[in-house]
Amino acid sequence: MSRQTILGLGAGIIVLLLFPVFLPRFYVYLVSIILLYGLLATSLNLVLGYGGIFQFHHAVFYGVGAYGTTLMLTKTGLPPMLAFIVGPLASAAFGLVIGIICIRLSKLYFGMLQISLGSLVWAIVYRWYSFTGGDDGIHGIPIPEMLSSPKSAYYYTLIITLASLFVMWKIIRSPFGSALQGIRDNPVRSEMIGINVRMHQLLALVLAGFFAGVAGSLFVVVDNTVFPDMLFWTLSLEILIMCLLGGWFTFLGPMLGAAVIVALRTFVSAYTDYWALVLGIIMMLVILFLPNGILGYVEEKFKRGFMEPEIEGQ
Amino acid sequence: MDAVYSIISAGVLSQVFVGLSRTTILFIVASGLTLILGVLRIPNVAHGSLYMIGAFTAFTVTKLSGGGSAGFWIALVIAPLIVALISLIAERGMFQFLYEREHLMLLLLTFAFSLVFGDLVKLVWGGEYKSVPVPHIFQGFVPLFGGLPFPLYNLFLLLAGPVVAILLYLLTNKTKMGKIARAAAVDREMVGAVGINVSRVFATVFVIGCYLAGLGGVLVAPTVSVTLGMDHNLIIEAFLIVIMGGLGNIWGALLGALIFGLTQSLGILIWPKFGIIFPYLAVVVVLLFRPTGLLKSTW
Repeated sequence: MSRQTILGLGAGIIVLLLFPVFLPRFYVYLVSIILLYGLLATSLNLVLGYGGIFQFHHAVFYGVGAYGTTLMLTKTGLPPMLAFIVGPLASAAFGLVIGIICIRLSKLYFGMLQISLGSLVWAIVYRWYSFTGGDDGIHGIPIPEMLSSPKSAYYYTLIITLASLFVMWKIIRSPFGSALQGIRDNPVRSEMIGINVRMHQLLALVLAGFFAGVAGSLFVVVDNTVFPDMLFWTLSLEILIMCLLGGWFTFLGPMLGAAVIVALRTFVSAYTDYWALVLGIIMMLVILFLPNGILGYVEEKFKRGFMEPEIEGQ
Repeated sequence: MDAVYSIISAGVLSQVFVGLSRTTILFIVASGLTLILGVLRIPNVAHGSLYMIGAFTAFTVTKLSGGGSAGFWIALVIAPLIVALISLIAERGMFQFLYEREHLMLLLLTFAFSLVFGDLVKLVWGGEYKSVPVPHIFQGFVPLFGGLPFPLYNLFLLLAGPVVAILLYLLTNKTKMGKIARAAAVDREMVGAVGINVSRVFATVFVIGCYLAGLGGVLVAPTVSVTLGMDHNLIIEAFLIVIMGGLGNIWGALLGALIFGLTQSLGILIWPKFGIIFPYLAVVVVLLFRPTGLLKSTW
């Protein structure tokens, strides 16, 4: 990392730390939501952008993490803080199960089988009134005292998000991350030089599931609710859009995409009921004119010669 | 004991018939999807929206023509054509420039279309439930073998499914157009090299596929309440059917629709609360044993 990048990141973190001091409550909430969606999108990018795996139903891990945390908080008498570890672990375990089932399939088939399994989970959550609250979800989740105010929820979200991003950054820079990107670019050659392709992809799925679960548990802290739409497939595609808009192949792109989309959604929804229409048009424009996303475009412009290979489309 | 047995089997039988009429709708929509997927390689998420537009257009046409039973038949002709026209505009205006893009991009692009279409439907028709009356000659019930009443309209659906299947078979296998389309699915460049306008072939296939979505929407309209969000539920089902049957294979779509429709209706009988999960389970089981679908895929 260059000196400027470190300075820029430091300044950004200081600004984020100071937000609750001068921003009204609503904006503190909004930034919390942006952070956790950004974390969710980054975790998707880990498998999609860096792993080249067609993770079509990422929202289901987010939902499992949120429901796992919530059910621990409401249905058991165990120490509350434990729930914030159990939720993400549950979605990591779920990632492992889905991974084992789907990993043999290639590309589009992988994505569709994942959507099918995800819809199965959604259907169960949607119908199981006595356990998950059915289509109403669960409201007014009891949050530990120290996290219950908006400010402390914000700081908790900020710290966990930054820590998770740091860990994911380290993962991508590790030998494992390099191998993963090698698999994305050329699975056959990777196999030839002795990389266990399936194991690497599986581990990536588990890690992505874990961080998506972390994002889910953060939502519980910030919003105190869970509902079945958190596992619906349309949310998965919205997360995909965040990655696309910010720029996959860039580490902070998904965070930027999440910030743009969540902020736009909040402000557009204040004026009109037709947010989906606006989002659809934005998406079309991005796909047509900015296929590498905002950060991808910036990198292309300012760092000549820097070119990341595309996902091999089949 | 005999009486109990006959009641159970009558219940099962009637659920089988309910499942089969559901299969018809699923097949008609999924066959359009699989056609587009097989030839153009576009995973068209907007397919569900076109189905919804078909249903809403059927409502309007029926209403405009006085709400009588003639209205439904007019809608059956006009509504799918309107849907086809919309898809033609979308294809010529946007999709035709993007065939070379990778699937993920196309998936997201068609999702963008589905968002736009969804909100346009909300803008035009509003958020309330709409209902389309069952055409006069299909009102009423017929007794099934067990003596249980079965809606006449569903019987009509049961007949419509095979008719569409046969017409599609003839179209893709017996006409020149269909043969060219199948050739283009395998090797687009080669078909272009022998002097055929591939772009026009693709447009035609796309429009026919979307026409089928609209047709499915019109046919389903009298049996359900026409509402926003009916696209989101259907498109996943249609995709799973297509994947289960083998991408691009029309008979696969039929087989997939049969499995999906029957597990759905019989699942409700077995476990009323969680009947919804059985079709998804079926997809998982099928893909575990046959990862590329039951029948041969054109990919």
